[in-house]
Amino acid sequence: MSEMNEKLVFDRPQAVIDRPTHYCPGCHHGVAHRLVAELLEELDVVEKTLLVTSIGCSVFLYNYLNVDAVEAPHGRAPAVATGVKAARNDKFVFAYQGDGDLASIGMAEILHAANRGERIAVVFVNNTVYGMTGGQMAPTTLIGQKTTTCPEGRCLEREGAPIRMTEIIAGLGGTAFAGRASLDSVKNIRTAKKYIRKAFQCQLEDRGFGFVELLSACPTNWKMTPLKANERIADAMIPYFPLGVFKDVTEEGGEC
Amino acid sequence: MTKQPERIFVKGNEAVARGALAAHCKCFFGYPITPQNEIPEFLSAEMPKAGGRFVQAESEVAAANMLLGAGACGIRAMTSSSSPGISLKQEAISYMAGSEIPAVIVNMNRGGPGLGDIGPAQGDYYQSTRGGGHGDYRLLVLAPSTGQEAYDLTIKAFDLTFKYRNPVMILGDAILGQMKEAIIPWQPENIDDEAGRDWSLTGADKREKRLIKSLFLEEGALAEQNRTLQTKYDDMQSYVEYEEFETEDAELVVCAYGSIGRIAKSAVRSLRAQGKKVGLFRPITLYPFPSEPLLALARQGKRFLTIEHNLGQMVDDVRLAIRTVADSEFAPIFPGNLPVPEDIEGPVLKCLEGK
Repeated sequence: MSEMNEKLVFDRPQAVIDRPTHYCPGCHHGVAHRLVAELLEELDVVEKTLLVTSIGCSVFLYNYLNVDAVEAPHGRAPAVATGVKAARNDKFVFAYQGDGDLASIGMAEILHAANRGERIAVVFVNNTVYGMTGGQMAPTTLIGQKTTTCPEGRCLEREGAPIRMTEIIAGLGGTAFAGRASLDSVKNIRTAKKYIRKAFQCQLEDRGFGFVELLSACPTNWKMTPLKANERIADAMIPYFPLGVFKDVTEEGGEC
Repeated sequence: MTKQPERIFVKGNEAVARGALAAHCKCFFGYPITPQNEIPEFLSAEMPKAGGRFVQAESEVAAANMLLGAGACGIRAMTSSSSPGISLKQEAISYMAGSEIPAVIVNMNRGGPGLGDIGPAQGDYYQSTRGGGHGDYRLLVLAPSTGQEAYDLTIKAFDLTFKYRNPVMILGDAILGQMKEAIIPWQPENIDDEAGRDWSLTGADKREKRLIKSLFLEEGALAEQNRTLQTKYDDMQSYVEYEEFETEDAELVVCAYGSIGRIAKSAVRSLRAQGKKVGLFRPITLYPFPSEPLLALARQGKRFLTIEHNLGQMVDDVRLAIRTVADSEFAPIFPGNLPVPEDIEGPVLKCLEGK
């Protein structure tokens, strides 16, 4: 055998801490974490980033990113981020929330932070269940989807329809960018990164509130293999939660 | 002739707001509720002029969490509210205590329980001095009784909250907040605006990242955090403030705080004029409670009557303080009633005669 020249073609971003993941096999949080970290580096804001984490599996983002962070109570990350930005206006501030946190207990905080046009960004990871607590029904749980608190499946008449957050956020005056992407395929992950970049840039360019929803898999609580979970995103989630940009003032060329 | 200090005629609420500005408070997060509205109203106009930010939050819950965020950045920040609103802030207050985040919280206590009324009351003593939210923690609680004290203690609150990295509560009531009187504003010197430089969030630039949290899942970590907090609360015990008035030869000492302490002082003056040997002990720090000086009075053989604008809360702390040598009688003023000195003189005379 001739000697092999090994060439490193894919490494972790420096903003990511080198440690074993605690997330379940097939969970998309790791992908979302990586996208965020890549962008913090590409936008050169790692040293000036103040991260606000939420409650749920997403709280542990602070264990993986090499940035200053504060832990917010359940649902309150946009309010905490508002306070952080008020205190340190020259820093880059973003929050990272799951769907139970953001679309249920934290509904008031996310809507008003967006409406005020807070110069912060929110990364919203939607996997249609409360993950950390064991897979209970979330405000985003799909009709018919079985969870530990809707064992017969979510019923439209009884529990209402799953909430489409990005569409609501896009309707608010202070929002500069609102887009929904998915983490189920390489193509969609690339789009997700594009959207997060836009949401982050809206803060850096002082345009307004930036919001990105990421459709994500929770194979453990969906009781599926990672591959089946990926298929579910394409087959069941995307038809109800359409992908795309719902508001983008940068395209309109104006500030909010 | 020396120049007289400038006196201004303001409500207690405005005194608090002005004190906060003098103390370099840079962020205020509020929500409308009577009887504290003059605080956010004043600061909405004045805070931006001082280079700070005023936010009218969507809720009391959000206002307290914004405070958490600003405090985590080591910035002098404040929120204010009144009883029902303070209940809603308890979530963030617990997190701030657990995460050791400095912040100043003002409660202009109104009548309760529930929606109660918008008049004065002291029903939030337990809530203020026992933590108020979930978990085992304490706030440092300051109870001003005049407009001047409201101004002075607000300035002090910001120093204390950074000294201990613990939320500080200013506990007033509708009398303090709404009554107009003369105060002399003053400007503290040598304020350290970056007192949180060693721990606060500023961005991990050429240093290790910082994490401010109250979640401790690792084996033994939460117990260690609670031990740290306990040590801090022990340290706080050395910081007590109180007022003694006519106690030296007093047979009966009235224990009262805040506005009721001030009214009780009038009652003591009036009773002294009648030759009655009564005095006043007025705690200014409600937590830590001034137990030692109270015990010293008890050791002199004095009797005690605690009067509060509630059904009996601080009286527990009075009894705990003097339990080895004495006890305290209690006379309530029911929330919903606006007390006058005669309401205090009656129970005091009854107690004096009932020996």
